[in-house]
Amino acid sequence: MNPVLKLLLEGGSLSTAQMAQVLNLTETEVNRHLEQLKKERILLGWRPVLNLSKEAAGAVRAVIEVRITPERGGGFNRFAERISRFDEVDSCYLMSGGYDLLVFVTGSSLQKVAAFVSEKLSTIEGVLSTSTHFLLRSYKEQGYLMDVPAEENGRLTVTP
Amino acid sequence: MDTNRFIARHVATLPTSGIRDFFEIVAKMKDVISLGIGEPDFITPWHIREAAIYALEKGKTHYTSNLGLIELRRAICNYVGQHYGMEYQPESEVLVTVGVSEAIDIALRALVNPGDKVMFHQPCYVSYHPSVTLTHGIGVPVPTQAEDDFALTAAALTAAWQPGCKLLMLNLPCNPTGGTCSREQLGRIARFCIEKDLLVISDEIYSELTFEGVHVSIASLPGMLERTIFLHGFSKAFAMTGWRIGYACGPAPLIEAMMKVHQYSMMCASIISQEAALEALVRGEEGVKRMREQYQRRRDFVVRRFNEIGLTCHLPRGSFYAFPSVAVTGLNDKDFALGLLQAEKVAVVPGTAFGANGAGFVRACFAASYEQLIEACTRIERYVQSLKR
Repeated sequence: MNPVLKLLLEGGSLSTAQMAQVLNLTETEVNRHLEQLKKERILLGWRPVLNLSKEAAGAVRAVIEVRITPERGGGFNRFAERISRFDEVDSCYLMSGGYDLLVFVTGSSLQKVAAFVSEKLSTIEGVLSTSTHFLLRSYKEQGYLMDVPAEENGRLTVTP
Repeated sequence: MDTNRFIARHVATLPTSGIRDFFEIVAKMKDVISLGIGEPDFITPWHIREAAIYALEKGKTHYTSNLGLIELRRAICNYVGQHYGMEYQPESEVLVTVGVSEAIDIALRALVNPGDKVMFHQPCYVSYHPSVTLTHGIGVPVPTQAEDDFALTAAALTAAWQPGCKLLMLNLPCNPTGGTCSREQLGRIARFCIEKDLLVISDEIYSELTFEGVHVSIASLPGMLERTIFLHGFSKAFAMTGWRIGYACGPAPLIEAMMKVHQYSMMCASIISQEAALEALVRGEEGVKRMREQYQRRRDFVVRRFNEIGLTCHLPRGSFYAFPSVAVTGLNDKDFALGLLQAEKVAVVPGTAFGANGAGFVRACFAASYEQLIEACTRIERYVQSLKR
């Protein structure tokens, strides 16, 4: 595995200079690894992980189950890609089971999310039904616990 | 009233751990980056903690068998068989203890007659020599050297051996040096033990944190199963230091003898810790692997930096300790550690805390975040530079 990727997956937020130190590479080499990861579309980008229940995040989130009619030749892909392109859509997955697509949507208000569903999503040709669930509270976001205070590392400073 | 006169002579003359003295100084300072810690920086994985909570909820609050929960002993036998290749009987050859520290204590109490000689390699864990002294045994340190990457050699053993030696204590990989032995080196040690009729107490607490090659237990070598007490625990591999849980495996009569001491002093290890340990053995493997990979990257970084700075450091094959020499600074290890602490607020442990043979070295634990390690190395570099001026 790409050494930079391994380090990124440990979850710290080291600068490229720090990563270079740890991995015994030059900064240029670290950057080259990062570029390579992006070029191969393994690393898609960087985004902050927010606590959506804080007002500053200013967001309402919903998860929508979408049933669609697959197309001959293209299957679900064309519709899925079309839906994915909306800015409101954070993530979109093809699912096994009772529905086809699971779509994560974020908007600045409940009305905006509802409008997106009724005006954009459900009117797309091929969409048979939608079922929208609003997220009420988040307990863990992409590996980060929400309201639990950081676990204290109660280690003594010198131990045998 | 002079209450000191009530204290037993062999306890009164026992020195306090050098680490303790150093801790007192560090504890009074602020914003210290400490590489003086002898435990993982990971918190026990949640699934293990959750298993302990569940056990409490289910009312598991009673004594267990003196030997420990049979389910745990079975899991230990499986684990030891799979990872080290020794076969033990869960009913008679395993004893669950309150950490390896207790296992060492009761093993020595069960085996040492006053005046018996106990060999151990040095530098070594701080409790070894005192534990021998507390049983009125005589400690016989066997030096390990930086040029051997702190592996114990049969030659050093032969040189240190004296009539009356009964036991050999091993700690491979070693706290504080990170040194360990290859299969060939262990083979020579095993032959020495058989020739001199020594029983081995092998503390392999750091074995999961072996970075290069496979860890070999001396108990797995021909003729050694019957003359080895294998000690292991959960503190380091599973980040469970505070749970105080470990175990001893060995020939039934020896385990029975240790059990007698354990029975009258400890009764049994905490049932909550035993339940957690069971979970760790059954489902903890992935976590151990992840932690080991992270330690290895940190080790590579720290050792490389120490060598760049001029503090010559061998690549420890196991444990989470680097043990660099401070000879280049012209200071002894204690003055170096104190100076570094005062000038740059970085704590490392002077090598002499681990025996006279640790002189000229310091122990730096790399179980810390990258940010801390990077910053600590920068400060150490600045300090070493300042000494050259």
